[in-house]
Amino acid sequence: MIAIVDYKMGNLRSVENALSRLGAEYQVTSDPDVIRAASKVLLPGVGNAAEAMQNLRAAGLVDVIRSIRRPVLGICIGMQVMCRHSEEGDTDCIGIFDTDVRKFTAENGLKVPHMGWNTIHNLDSKLFKGIEGGSYVYYVHSYRPDLCSDTIATSNHGGMFSAALKYENFYGTQFHPEKSGDVGERILADFLAL
Amino acid sequence: MVAKRIIPCLDVKGGRTVKGVNFVGLADVGDPVELGARYAADGADELVYLDISATCEERATFSSLVERIADRINIPFTVGGGIASLDTAARLLDAGADKISVNSAAIADPGLISAIAGRYGSQFVVVAIDAKLAEDGRWMATTHGGRRLTDRELFAWAHEAQERGAGEILLTSMEHDGVCQGYPCDLYREFCATLDIPVIASGGAGSIDDIADVLTLGAADAALAASIFHYGTYTVREVKEALSAKGITVRL
Repeated sequence: MIAIVDYKMGNLRSVENALSRLGAEYQVTSDPDVIRAASKVLLPGVGNAAEAMQNLRAAGLVDVIRSIRRPVLGICIGMQVMCRHSEEGDTDCIGIFDTDVRKFTAENGLKVPHMGWNTIHNLDSKLFKGIEGGSYVYYVHSYRPDLCSDTIATSNHGGMFSAALKYENFYGTQFHPEKSGDVGERILADFLAL
Repeated sequence: MVAKRIIPCLDVKGGRTVKGVNFVGLADVGDPVELGARYAADGADELVYLDISATCEERATFSSLVERIADRINIPFTVGGGIASLDTAARLLDAGADKISVNSAAIADPGLISAIAGRYGSQFVVVAIDAKLAEDGRWMATTHGGRRLTDRELFAWAHEAQERGAGEILLTSMEHDGVCQGYPCDLYREFCATLDIPVIASGGAGSIDDIADVLTLGAADAALAASIFHYGTYTVREVKEALSAKGITVRL
Protein backbone atom coordinates (compact mmCIF):
# COMPACT_ATOMS: atom_id res chain seq x y z
CA MET A 1 0.00 0.00 0.00
CA ILE A 2 1.25 3.44 -0.96
CA ALA A 3 0.46 6.29 1.40
CA ILE A 4 -0.29 9.71 -0.05
CA VAL A 5 0.23 12.09 2.85
CA ASP A 6 -2.63 14.54 3.27
CA TYR A 7 -1.43 17.57 5.19
CA LYS A 8 -3.97 20.05 3.78
CA MET A 9 -1.63 21.43 1.13
CA GLY A 10 -3.74 21.62 -1.97
CA ASN A 11 -5.50 19.10 -4.05
CA LEU A 12 -4.15 15.55 -4.12
CA ARG A 13 -6.38 14.46 -6.92
CA SER A 14 -3.82 14.70 -9.71
CA VAL A 15 -1.39 12.50 -7.76
CA GLU A 16 -4.19 10.03 -7.01
CA ASN A 17 -5.20 9.96 -10.66
CA ALA A 18 -1.60 9.38 -11.77
CA LEU A 19 -1.24 6.41 -9.40
CA SER A 20 -4.59 5.03 -10.58
CA ARG A 21 -3.40 5.24 -14.19
CA LEU A 22 -0.36 3.20 -13.14
CA GLY A 23 -2.64 0.65 -11.48
CA ALA A 24 -1.17 1.29 -8.02
CA GLU A 25 -3.11 0.93 -4.80
CA TYR A 26 -2.92 3.90 -2.51
CA GLN A 27 -4.46 5.47 0.53
CA VAL A 28 -4.76 9.19 1.23
CA THR A 29 -3.94 9.61 4.89
CA SER A 30 -2.55 11.75 7.68
CA ASP A 31 -2.44 8.83 10.11
CA PRO A 32 1.16 8.30 11.37
CA ASP A 33 0.60 4.54 11.76
CA VAL A 34 -0.61 4.14 8.18
CA ILE A 35 2.28 6.25 6.91
CA ARG A 36 4.85 4.23 8.89
CA ALA A 37 3.39 0.95 7.62
CA ALA A 38 3.26 2.00 3.97
CA SER A 39 5.53 0.40 1.38
CA LYS A 40 6.04 3.80 -0.29
CA VAL A 41 5.18 7.30 0.83
CA LEU A 42 4.24 10.22 -1.42
CA LEU A 43 4.39 13.73 -0.03
CA PRO A 44 2.76 16.02 -2.61
CA GLY A 45 1.74 19.59 -2.01
CA VAL A 46 1.11 22.92 -3.64
CA GLY A 47 1.29 26.21 -1.80
CA ASN A 48 3.39 27.93 0.79
CA ALA A 49 6.38 26.34 2.58
CA ALA A 50 5.67 28.06 5.89
CA GLU A 51 2.11 26.80 5.92
CA ALA A 52 3.25 23.34 4.82
CA MET A 53 5.69 23.05 7.76
CA GLN A 54 3.07 24.40 10.15
CA ASN A 55 0.57 21.77 8.95
CA LEU A 56 3.11 18.95 9.19
CA ARG A 57 4.00 19.99 12.76
CA ALA A 58 0.34 20.34 13.73
CA ALA A 59 -0.34 16.83 12.41
CA GLY A 60 2.70 15.47 14.28
CA LEU A 61 4.24 14.28 11.02
CA VAL A 62 7.72 15.85 11.02
CA ASP A 63 9.35 13.10 13.09
CA VAL A 64 7.21 10.45 11.39
CA ILE A 65 8.56 11.45 7.98
CA ARG A 66 12.12 11.66 9.26
CA SER A 67 11.87 8.12 10.69
CA ILE A 68 10.61 6.42 7.50
CA ARG A 69 13.05 3.86 6.04
CA ARG A 70 11.01 2.95 2.95
CA PRO A 71 11.11 5.09 -0.21
CA VAL A 72 9.60 8.55 0.19
CA LEU A 73 8.91 10.90 -2.73
CA GLY A 74 8.25 14.57 -2.09
CA ILE A 75 6.78 16.58 -4.96
CA CYS A 76 7.17 20.37 -5.25
CA ILE A 77 6.41 21.76 -1.75
CA GLY A 78 6.63 18.16 -0.51
CA MET A 79 10.28 18.18 -1.57
CA GLN A 80 10.97 21.70 -0.35
CA VAL A 81 9.85 20.86 3.20
CA MET A 82 12.46 18.07 3.25
CA CYS A 83 15.23 20.63 2.60
CA ARG A 84 17.01 22.58 5.38
CA HIS A 85 15.41 25.97 5.07
CA SER A 86 13.10 27.90 2.76
CA GLU A 87 13.29 31.58 2.04
CA GLU A 88 9.49 31.48 1.74
CA GLY A 89 8.33 32.78 5.11
CA ASP A 90 11.91 32.27 6.46
CA THR A 91 10.94 28.69 7.28
CA ASP A 92 13.06 26.02 8.96
CA CYS A 93 12.28 22.75 7.23
CA ILE A 94 12.78 19.04 8.02
CA GLY A 95 16.42 19.04 6.94
CA ILE A 96 16.77 15.72 5.12
CA PHE A 97 18.22 17.19 1.91
CA ASP A 98 21.40 19.20 2.45
CA THR A 99 20.24 22.37 0.68
CA ASP A 100 18.21 25.56 0.99
CA VAL A 101 15.22 26.76 -1.01
CA ARG A 102 15.37 30.26 -2.49
CA LYS A 103 13.12 32.42 -4.63
CA PHE A 104 13.74 33.02 -8.33
CA THR A 105 14.58 36.65 -9.01
CA ALA A 106 12.40 38.24 -11.69
CA GLU A 107 15.17 40.16 -13.44
CA ASN A 108 16.57 40.23 -16.97
CA GLY A 109 13.20 39.15 -18.28
CA LEU A 110 13.08 35.98 -16.18
CA LYS A 111 9.46 34.94 -15.69
CA VAL A 112 8.39 34.09 -12.16
CA PRO A 113 6.67 31.75 -11.43
CA HIS A 114 8.72 29.28 -13.47
CA MET A 115 5.75 27.75 -15.24
CA GLY A 116 5.69 25.24 -18.03
CA TRP A 117 7.88 22.54 -19.52
CA ASN A 118 11.63 22.54 -18.97
CA THR A 119 14.36 19.97 -19.48
CA ILE A 120 16.09 17.85 -16.83
CA HIS A 121 19.78 17.04 -17.05
CA ASN A 122 22.60 15.29 -15.17
CA LEU A 123 20.23 12.46 -14.26
CA ASP A 124 21.83 10.31 -11.61
CA SER A 125 19.36 7.97 -9.95
CA LYS A 126 17.22 4.87 -10.41
CA LEU A 127 14.32 7.35 -10.34
CA PHE A 128 15.26 8.22 -13.93
CA LYS A 129 15.68 4.71 -15.29
CA GLY A 130 14.71 4.87 -18.95
CA ILE A 131 14.57 8.67 -18.94
CA GLU A 132 16.95 10.50 -21.24
CA GLY A 133 18.73 13.68 -20.23
CA GLY A 134 17.00 16.61 -21.90
CA SER A 135 13.51 15.18 -21.35
CA TYR A 136 10.79 17.70 -20.60
CA VAL A 137 8.90 17.84 -17.31
CA TYR A 138 6.25 20.22 -16.03
CA TYR A 139 7.07 22.91 -13.47
CA VAL A 140 5.08 25.51 -11.63
CA HIS A 141 6.91 27.19 -8.74
CA SER A 142 8.51 30.41 -7.55
CA TYR A 143 11.04 28.90 -5.11
CA ARG A 144 13.70 26.30 -5.93
CA PRO A 145 16.38 24.30 -4.13
CA ASP A 146 20.05 25.09 -4.68
CA LEU A 147 22.40 22.54 -6.17
CA CYS A 148 24.02 20.28 -3.55
CA SER A 149 25.57 16.85 -3.07
CA ASP A 150 22.05 15.33 -2.97
CA THR A 151 21.16 16.69 -6.43
CA ILE A 152 20.18 13.87 -8.83
CA ALA A 153 18.81 16.07 -11.65
CA THR A 154 19.19 19.69 -12.68
CA SER A 155 17.17 22.25 -14.61
CA ASN A 156 17.96 25.79 -15.64
CA HIS A 157 15.80 28.86 -15.15
CA GLY A 158 17.99 31.91 -14.75
CA GLY A 159 20.61 29.52 -13.35
CA MET A 160 20.85 25.85 -12.45
CA PHE A 161 18.85 24.44 -9.59
CA SER A 162 18.02 21.01 -8.18
CA ALA A 163 15.25 19.48 -10.28
CA ALA A 164 15.41 16.39 -8.06
CA LEU A 165 17.13 15.36 -4.83
CA LYS A 166 17.94 12.09 -3.11
CA TYR A 167 19.27 11.25 0.32
CA GLU A 168 19.20 7.58 1.33
CA ASN A 169 15.55 6.48 0.92
CA PHE A 170 14.25 10.04 0.45
CA TYR A 171 13.56 11.40 -3.03
CA GLY A 172 12.15 14.70 -4.16
CA THR A 173 11.22 16.35 -7.44
CA GLN A 174 10.64 20.06 -7.88
CA PHE A 175 8.68 19.33 -11.04
CA HIS A 176 5.31 17.59 -11.13
CA PRO A 177 5.70 14.03 -12.46
CA GLU A 178 1.92 13.60 -12.13
CA LYS A 179 1.46 16.33 -14.75
CA SER A 180 4.50 15.61 -16.92
CA GLY A 181 2.88 13.43 -19.53
CA ASP A 182 4.44 10.08 -20.37
CA VAL A 183 7.88 11.07 -19.00
CA GLY A 184 6.30 11.86 -15.63
CA GLU A 185 4.44 8.58 -15.60
CA ARG A 186 7.69 6.70 -16.20
CA ILE A 187 9.36 8.54 -13.32
CA LEU A 188 6.47 7.66 -11.00
CA ALA A 189 6.63 4.05 -12.20
CA ASP A 190 10.39 4.05 -11.47
CA PHE A 191 9.66 5.30 -7.96
CA LEU A 192 7.03 2.61 -7.42
CA ALA A 193 9.55 0.01 -8.61
CA LEU A 194 12.24 1.05 -6.08
CA MET B 1 15.17 26.90 -20.81
CA VAL B 2 11.39 26.83 -20.53
CA ALA B 3 9.80 25.63 -23.74
CA LYS B 4 7.21 27.73 -25.53
CA ARG B 5 3.85 26.08 -24.98
CA ILE B 6 1.21 25.16 -27.53
CA ILE B 7 -2.24 24.97 -26.00
CA PRO B 8 -5.31 23.74 -27.89
CA CYS B 9 -8.55 25.22 -26.62
CA LEU B 10 -11.75 23.16 -26.59
CA ASP B 11 -15.14 24.80 -26.39
CA VAL B 12 -17.58 22.69 -24.40
CA LYS B 13 -21.34 23.02 -24.26
CA GLY B 14 -23.55 20.67 -22.28
CA GLY B 15 -20.58 18.35 -21.74
CA ARG B 16 -19.80 18.00 -25.46
CA THR B 17 -17.09 19.54 -27.61
CA VAL B 18 -18.66 22.07 -29.89
CA LYS B 19 -15.96 22.19 -32.51
CA GLY B 20 -13.58 19.35 -33.10
CA VAL B 21 -11.40 17.93 -35.77
CA ASN B 22 -12.19 14.48 -37.04
CA PHE B 23 -9.11 12.57 -35.88
CA VAL B 24 -8.43 9.34 -37.64
CA GLY B 25 -9.52 6.49 -35.39
CA LEU B 26 -11.50 8.70 -33.10
CA ALA B 27 -15.13 7.89 -33.67
CA ASP B 28 -16.65 10.41 -31.32
CA VAL B 29 -15.17 13.86 -31.77
CA GLY B 30 -17.86 15.20 -29.51
CA ASP B 31 -16.33 13.78 -26.34
CA PRO B 32 -14.04 16.41 -24.82
CA VAL B 33 -12.09 13.76 -22.88
CA GLU B 34 -11.25 11.72 -25.96
CA LEU B 35 -10.36 14.80 -27.95
CA GLY B 36 -8.19 16.16 -25.13
CA ALA B 37 -6.41 12.81 -24.76
CA ARG B 38 -5.72 12.86 -28.48
CA TYR B 39 -4.29 16.38 -28.34
CA ALA B 40 -2.16 15.37 -25.34
CA ALA B 41 -0.83 12.32 -27.19
CA ASP B 42 -0.12 14.56 -30.16
CA GLY B 43 2.16 16.78 -28.06
CA ALA B 44 -0.11 19.48 -26.62
CA ASP B 45 1.63 21.11 -23.65
CA GLU B 46 -1.58 21.98 -21.84
CA LEU B 47 -5.26 22.05 -22.60
CA VAL B 48 -7.89 24.70 -22.02
CA TYR B 49 -11.54 23.70 -21.69
CA LEU B 50 -13.93 26.59 -22.03
CA ASP B 51 -17.49 26.05 -20.89
CA ILE B 52 -19.67 28.03 -23.25
CA SER B 53 -22.93 26.61 -21.89
CA ALA B 54 -25.76 29.06 -21.94
CA THR B 55 -28.05 27.39 -19.41
CA CYS B 56 -27.71 26.11 -15.85
CA GLU B 57 -28.68 22.60 -16.99
CA GLU B 58 -25.84 22.54 -19.50
CA ARG B 59 -23.42 24.07 -16.98
CA ALA B 60 -24.21 21.46 -14.32
CA THR B 61 -22.47 18.79 -16.37
CA PHE B 62 -19.17 20.66 -16.41
CA SER B 63 -17.71 19.56 -13.07
CA SER B 64 -18.34 15.89 -13.77
CA LEU B 65 -16.67 16.39 -17.13
CA VAL B 66 -13.69 18.00 -15.36
CA GLU B 67 -13.43 14.89 -13.16
CA ARG B 68 -13.31 12.66 -16.21
CA ILE B 69 -10.67 14.87 -17.84
CA ALA B 70 -8.53 14.77 -14.69
CA ASP B 71 -8.79 10.98 -14.52
CA ARG B 72 -7.57 10.58 -18.04
CA ILE B 73 -5.21 13.42 -19.01
CA ASN B 74 -1.61 13.45 -17.77
CA ILE B 75 -0.79 17.06 -18.67
CA PRO B 76 -2.05 20.24 -17.01
CA PHE B 77 -5.42 21.66 -17.99
CA THR B 78 -7.25 24.90 -17.36
CA VAL B 79 -10.99 25.30 -17.18
CA GLY B 80 -12.87 28.51 -17.72
CA GLY B 81 -16.15 30.03 -18.70
CA GLY B 82 -18.47 31.81 -16.34
CA ILE B 83 -16.41 31.31 -13.15
CA ALA B 84 -17.64 34.09 -10.88
CA SER B 85 -17.12 32.86 -7.32
CA LEU B 86 -14.61 31.26 -5.00
CA ASP B 87 -17.08 28.39 -4.53
CA THR B 88 -17.17 27.58 -8.23
CA ALA B 89 -13.38 27.72 -8.39
CA ALA B 90 -13.19 25.40 -5.37
CA ARG B 91 -15.58 22.93 -6.97
CA LEU B 92 -13.49 22.81 -10.16
CA LEU B 93 -10.27 22.40 -8.15
CA ASP B 94 -11.85 19.48 -6.27
CA ALA B 95 -12.91 18.01 -9.60
CA GLY B 96 -9.24 18.02 -10.63
CA ALA B 97 -8.64 21.20 -12.65
CA ASP B 98 -5.04 22.43 -12.50
CA LYS B 99 -5.99 26.03 -13.21
CA ILE B 100 -9.10 28.09 -13.67
CA SER B 101 -9.42 31.14 -15.86
CA VAL B 102 -11.50 34.16 -14.90
CA ASN B 103 -12.49 36.96 -17.22
CA SER B 104 -15.59 39.18 -16.97
CA ALA B 105 -16.26 38.30 -13.33
CA ALA B 106 -12.76 39.47 -12.36
CA ILE B 107 -13.37 42.81 -14.02
CA ALA B 108 -16.68 43.17 -12.17
CA ASP B 109 -14.98 42.14 -8.92
CA PRO B 110 -11.15 42.17 -8.99
CA GLY B 111 -11.22 40.82 -5.42
CA LEU B 112 -12.12 37.47 -6.98
CA ILE B 113 -8.52 37.12 -8.22
CA SER B 114 -7.12 37.85 -4.75
CA ALA B 115 -9.63 35.50 -3.12
CA ILE B 116 -8.87 32.53 -5.39
CA ALA B 117 -5.10 33.10 -5.51
CA GLY B 118 -5.00 33.67 -1.74
CA ARG B 119 -6.77 30.39 -1.08
CA TYR B 120 -5.35 28.12 -3.77
CA GLY B 121 -2.19 29.85 -4.99
CA SER B 122 -1.24 31.90 -8.02
CA GLN B 123 -0.50 28.79 -10.08
CA PHE B 124 -4.25 28.09 -10.05
CA VAL B 125 -5.37 31.45 -11.45
CA VAL B 126 -5.24 32.50 -15.09
CA VAL B 127 -6.71 35.91 -15.82
CA ALA B 128 -8.09 36.10 -19.35
CA ILE B 129 -8.34 39.52 -20.93
CA ASP B 130 -10.22 40.25 -24.15
CA ALA B 131 -8.70 43.51 -25.36
CA LYS B 132 -9.92 45.95 -27.97
CA LEU B 133 -8.38 49.07 -29.44
CA ALA B 134 -10.50 52.02 -28.33
CA GLU B 135 -11.09 55.11 -30.45
CA ASP B 136 -8.55 57.07 -28.43
CA GLY B 137 -5.85 54.59 -29.43
CA ARG B 138 -5.61 52.84 -26.06
CA TRP B 139 -6.06 49.08 -25.65
CA MET B 140 -8.96 48.46 -23.28
CA ALA B 141 -10.33 45.35 -21.57
CA THR B 142 -13.75 44.24 -22.75
CA THR B 143 -16.39 41.85 -21.45
CA HIS B 144 -19.13 39.75 -23.04
CA GLY B 145 -16.93 38.41 -25.80
CA GLY B 146 -15.63 41.84 -26.77
CA ARG B 147 -19.03 43.45 -27.11
CA ARG B 148 -18.71 45.69 -24.05
CA LEU B 149 -15.82 48.05 -23.58
CA THR B 150 -14.84 48.56 -19.94
CA ASP B 151 -13.04 51.53 -18.40
CA ARG B 152 -10.01 49.37 -17.66
CA GLU B 153 -6.91 50.08 -19.69
CA LEU B 154 -5.26 46.80 -20.71
CA PHE B 155 -1.79 47.31 -19.19
CA ALA B 156 -3.11 48.76 -15.92
CA TRP B 157 -5.61 45.92 -15.59
CA ALA B 158 -2.97 43.25 -16.29
CA HIS B 159 -0.69 44.77 -13.66
CA GLU B 160 -3.49 44.84 -11.15
CA ALA B 161 -4.26 41.18 -11.93
CA GLN B 162 -0.58 40.29 -11.42
CA GLU B 163 -0.45 42.15 -8.12
CA ARG B 164 -3.63 40.45 -6.97
CA GLY B 165 -2.03 37.07 -7.54
CA ALA B 166 -2.74 35.98 -11.11
CA GLY B 167 -0.25 33.31 -12.17
CA GLU B 168 -0.65 33.90 -15.91
CA ILE B 169 -2.41 36.24 -18.30
CA LEU B 170 -4.27 34.94 -21.33
CA LEU B 171 -4.47 37.88 -23.71
CA THR B 172 -6.81 37.89 -26.69
CA SER B 173 -7.00 40.76 -29.13
CA MET B 174 -10.64 41.02 -30.14
CA GLU B 175 -9.45 42.91 -33.21
CA HIS B 176 -7.68 39.77 -34.39
CA ASP B 177 -9.65 36.91 -32.83
CA GLY B 178 -11.26 34.51 -35.25
CA VAL B 179 -9.94 36.14 -38.41
CA CYS B 180 -6.84 33.96 -38.71
CA GLN B 181 -4.58 36.76 -39.93
CA GLY B 182 -1.98 36.75 -37.22
CA TYR B 183 -1.46 38.27 -33.81
CA PRO B 184 -0.63 41.92 -32.99
CA CYS B 185 3.01 41.14 -32.17
CA ASP B 186 3.99 44.69 -31.21
CA LEU B 187 1.26 44.74 -28.61
CA TYR B 188 2.33 41.36 -27.22
CA ARG B 189 5.98 42.35 -27.08
CA GLU B 190 5.25 45.49 -25.06
CA PHE B 191 2.73 43.63 -22.90
CA CYS B 192 5.04 40.71 -22.05
CA ALA B 193 7.94 43.04 -21.24
CA THR B 194 5.96 44.86 -18.55
CA LEU B 195 4.80 41.71 -16.70
CA ASP B 196 6.71 39.22 -14.55
CA ILE B 197 4.18 36.43 -15.06
CA PRO B 198 3.84 34.33 -18.22
CA VAL B 199 1.59 35.50 -21.05
CA ILE B 200 -0.45 33.21 -23.28
CA ALA B 201 -1.32 34.65 -26.68
CA SER B 202 -4.73 33.77 -27.99
CA GLY B 203 -6.80 34.46 -31.06
CA GLY B 204 -5.55 35.14 -34.53
CA ALA B 205 -3.47 32.14 -35.51
CA GLY B 206 -4.07 31.30 -39.13
CA SER B 207 -0.72 29.73 -39.87
CA ILE B 208 2.36 28.31 -38.22
CA ASP B 209 4.21 31.53 -39.11
CA ASP B 210 1.66 33.51 -37.09
CA ILE B 211 2.33 31.33 -34.05
CA ALA B 212 6.10 31.54 -34.57
CA ASP B 213 5.85 35.34 -34.78
CA VAL B 214 3.91 35.80 -31.56
CA LEU B 215 6.31 33.50 -29.69
CA THR B 216 9.41 35.32 -31.00
CA LEU B 217 8.57 38.88 -32.11
CA GLY B 218 5.68 38.98 -29.65
CA ALA B 219 7.73 37.32 -26.86
CA ALA B 220 4.67 35.37 -25.66
CA ASP B 221 5.33 32.34 -23.46
CA ALA B 222 2.60 30.23 -25.00
CA ALA B 223 0.11 30.25 -27.84
CA LEU B 224 -3.45 29.07 -27.50
CA ALA B 225 -5.26 28.09 -30.65
CA ALA B 226 -8.62 26.63 -31.49
CA SER B 227 -9.53 26.89 -35.16
CA ILE B 228 -6.34 25.64 -36.75
CA PHE B 229 -6.48 22.47 -34.66
CA HIS B 230 -10.23 21.94 -34.72
CA TYR B 231 -10.49 22.32 -38.46
CA GLY B 232 -7.49 20.10 -38.93
CA THR B 233 -5.38 22.71 -40.72
CA TYR B 234 -2.42 21.44 -38.71
CA THR B 235 -1.90 18.89 -35.99
CA VAL B 236 -0.25 19.97 -32.73
CA ARG B 237 2.80 17.93 -33.67
CA GLU B 238 3.10 19.55 -37.08
CA VAL B 239 3.01 22.98 -35.48
CA LYS B 240 5.63 22.06 -32.88
CA GLU B 241 7.94 20.41 -35.40
CA ALA B 242 7.73 23.47 -37.64
CA LEU B 243 8.43 25.79 -34.69
CA SER B 244 11.40 23.66 -33.70
CA ALA B 245 12.74 23.83 -37.26
CA LYS B 246 12.60 27.62 -36.93
CA GLY B 247 14.81 27.39 -33.85
CA ILE B 248 12.04 27.93 -31.29
CA THR B 249 12.36 25.82 -28.15
CA VAL B 250 9.39 23.48 -27.88
CA ARG B 251 8.81 20.15 -26.15
CA LEU B 252 8.88 17.41 -28.75
